[in-house]
Amino acid sequence: MASCCTQLCLQCRRLLSSQMVARTWRYSTQLGHCTTVTGLPPKILNGPTVVRGDHTVAEARQRWKQQMFCYSDFTAKHLATEAKEDKDIEELSRAVDVAYKSPLMPIRDAVPVTESQISLDLDAATEFSALEEISDEEAVRIFVPSAMPPASLSLRDYVDQSETLSKLVQLGVNLWKLEQRPNVGSMLLRLNFNTDVAPRLLFLKEIGVDDSHFGNIITRNPFILTESLENLQARVNYLKSKKFSSETVASMVSRAPYLLNFSVKRLDNRLGFFQQQLNFSASNLRNIVARLPRLLCGSLEPIKENLKVCEIEFGFKENEIQHIVLSVPKVLAANKRKLTQIFDLLHNTMEVPHHLIVKFPQVLNSKYLRIRERHLFLEYLGKAQYDPNLPNYISLDRLVSLPDEAFCTELASATLEDFHLFQKTL
Amino acid sequence: MMASPAVRMFWRLEGLFCVYKPPGVHWKLVRDNIETTLLKGLNAAPSGPLPKEVRFLPDPESDTGATKGLTLSAASVPVLSKHPLVTGPEFQHIKVGVGHRLDAFSSGVLVLAVGNSNKILNNFCRTRVTRDYTLEGEFGTATDDFSYRGKVVERSTYGHVTQDNLDRVLAMLQGANQKALLMYSNVDMRSQEAYEMAAQGLLGPEGKSEPVLTGLRCVHFQPPNFTLEVQCLNETQKYLRKVVHEIGLELRSTAVCKGVRRTRDGPFTLQDALTRNHWTASDVMQAIRKYHSSKKTKKYSHTKTVDAAPEENTMTDSQQNETCDETAVGVIK
Repeated sequence: MASCCTQLCLQCRRLLSSQMVARTWRYSTQLGHCTTVTGLPPKILNGPTVVRGDHTVAEARQRWKQQMFCYSDFTAKHLATEAKEDKDIEELSRAVDVAYKSPLMPIRDAVPVTESQISLDLDAATEFSALEEISDEEAVRIFVPSAMPPASLSLRDYVDQSETLSKLVQLGVNLWKLEQRPNVGSMLLRLNFNTDVAPRLLFLKEIGVDDSHFGNIITRNPFILTESLENLQARVNYLKSKKFSSETVASMVSRAPYLLNFSVKRLDNRLGFFQQQLNFSASNLRNIVARLPRLLCGSLEPIKENLKVCEIEFGFKENEIQHIVLSVPKVLAANKRKLTQIFDLLHNTMEVPHHLIVKFPQVLNSKYLRIRERHLFLEYLGKAQYDPNLPNYISLDRLVSLPDEAFCTELASATLEDFHLFQKTL
Repeated sequence: MMASPAVRMFWRLEGLFCVYKPPGVHWKLVRDNIETTLLKGLNAAPSGPLPKEVRFLPDPESDTGATKGLTLSAASVPVLSKHPLVTGPEFQHIKVGVGHRLDAFSSGVLVLAVGNSNKILNNFCRTRVTRDYTLEGEFGTATDDFSYRGKVVERSTYGHVTQDNLDRVLAMLQGANQKALLMYSNVDMRSQEAYEMAAQGLLGPEGKSEPVLTGLRCVHFQPPNFTLEVQCLNETQKYLRKVVHEIGLELRSTAVCKGVRRTRDGPFTLQDALTRNHWTASDVMQAIRKYHSSKKTKKYSHTKTVDAAPEENTMTDSQQNETCDETAVGVIK
């Protein structure tokens, strides 16, 4: 321990006295309301700036705020980080070290610091040699500031110093994905873990969301941390009033993290729309929404289009559409073009009648190329027979759901290699 | 410093490989799909433990205003800024290059290269390699873009077309193409040099030129459907469909192209092509290993690639193969 401390002294050019360090740690807790970046105060206050007295605190607070504004305003700009950092420290030292005379500190007050004069006074460095022996106690109290830029494009420069960010990483939040989104990075930095993040995580835990899902939820919807607790509670109460059980609500929130950011009015509108358009009973509606909660989150226009396509273009009757949606709610949110392509293949090429498609709605959810290749293989072998009344009937759901191996051996009675060779002839 | 397992896997991915592009899919989607699966495979490689640093943290019992006796304890904490959740995955983008392109309507062998092998791919594209295609045609219709998906322009009868007629037309076309080949090779036909080049099979256009069919024959004829096999240089798939259309015109009927399938691109045949369920990092690495080993064995031989024709014959769609599919499969093996 002592040896590595002395090594640190050798590397460190600015020595700090014990009083400064004590005050540093104290100031960090006092100034916690600004940010939770606990590492920041030592950085500002390092250097030959040691002064007693409260007006250091005020100065430090000002400088601190100035730095944070810098970060929030100029996040996109690449500032000369070291220059700025040093400039702030020089300014502080210039303003403040008049009163203090320390035998250890290098001479700074005589030198007016300008933007151009970034580096330390070289005379000062030679006067105070780094190889000078100091006692172990003093060595222990040296603090080495880490280089933290005031503005950066990535959160990795701040993660080690920020309590919020470190705890978020430990929860499993993917900070790299979040920092790609505009303004999310600065928002996360400004949060205080104890006052902002922790209450909401506790709230989520109360409604029944598992701890392991927190990371995923925050990665997909970081704005859940800025939503007010009353609103969140009101929306959960609304869902419970619509007779969703607590486990259902918990699973809906984990699977569609944006759900609780929508107002009660909007959720109400959505549920009303589904009930009206599809003529569902309340329990059926609850069933669908519980299985695909993102229906409540997205826009309604594509859903209306899909319903119209099913009705007009495909020619399904209303009760058929109801049955399809009840078994495969994803059809409502599917891509219209892909849905049309699959239906075209099923109805026109494979000549599967409507009632069979309704009986096996999961074919509408599968991949077009998969159905096409398997159908052509069966046709080549002469086994493409989808009419349940005739012998050697192949059911559609087995056609799409079985993995390749099982499909080849059971349905086509051929080997997997044959299927691959056939795929290369298409 | 040791390279991470992901970087070592990336070195093993250097080389050329070919995939089978399914019909109806744009080649860019195939390329993007391959890139995504390779990235998934690369980033799945386990990364090492996080580096640790020594930090001096205050003891929780230290009270305020301690002028001396403030104790700091050293703790080895992991550096979170190197955590994968903060830095992002190790590989975020890899360059996957495509050899001779295939348009959306056609299917077949598509050569791809990863990372540094794109330079090898460039050289490969510039060398004069022939490509094998199988064209499926149907008599009786003519469309505007020569494929069965286009707008029908003309319909005609085809009862008068026989295999003989077709063969005669194909021979005529082949003769015309052979003349074009000799013309583009920029060599005086009466010289010794021309004879030597022809003996070695080196006659042909250098660089870009008009498409030239070096070989053309009919492998299957059952009106209205027929299948042709072509070997060609510098072609585009639309040109091949136009060839089918012109054959129809020569036979005083009309023809439309139902499928264009590339069976060979230089030394890459259908056998080496990876189908869709084999587009994973491990399968690609295996294919590249095979390519490297085959390159070594071919170093001293100048033979052209295996003609895939006999296998194609048995696998083309035909109505009477229902009973003998097992035997057909046996032949392929």
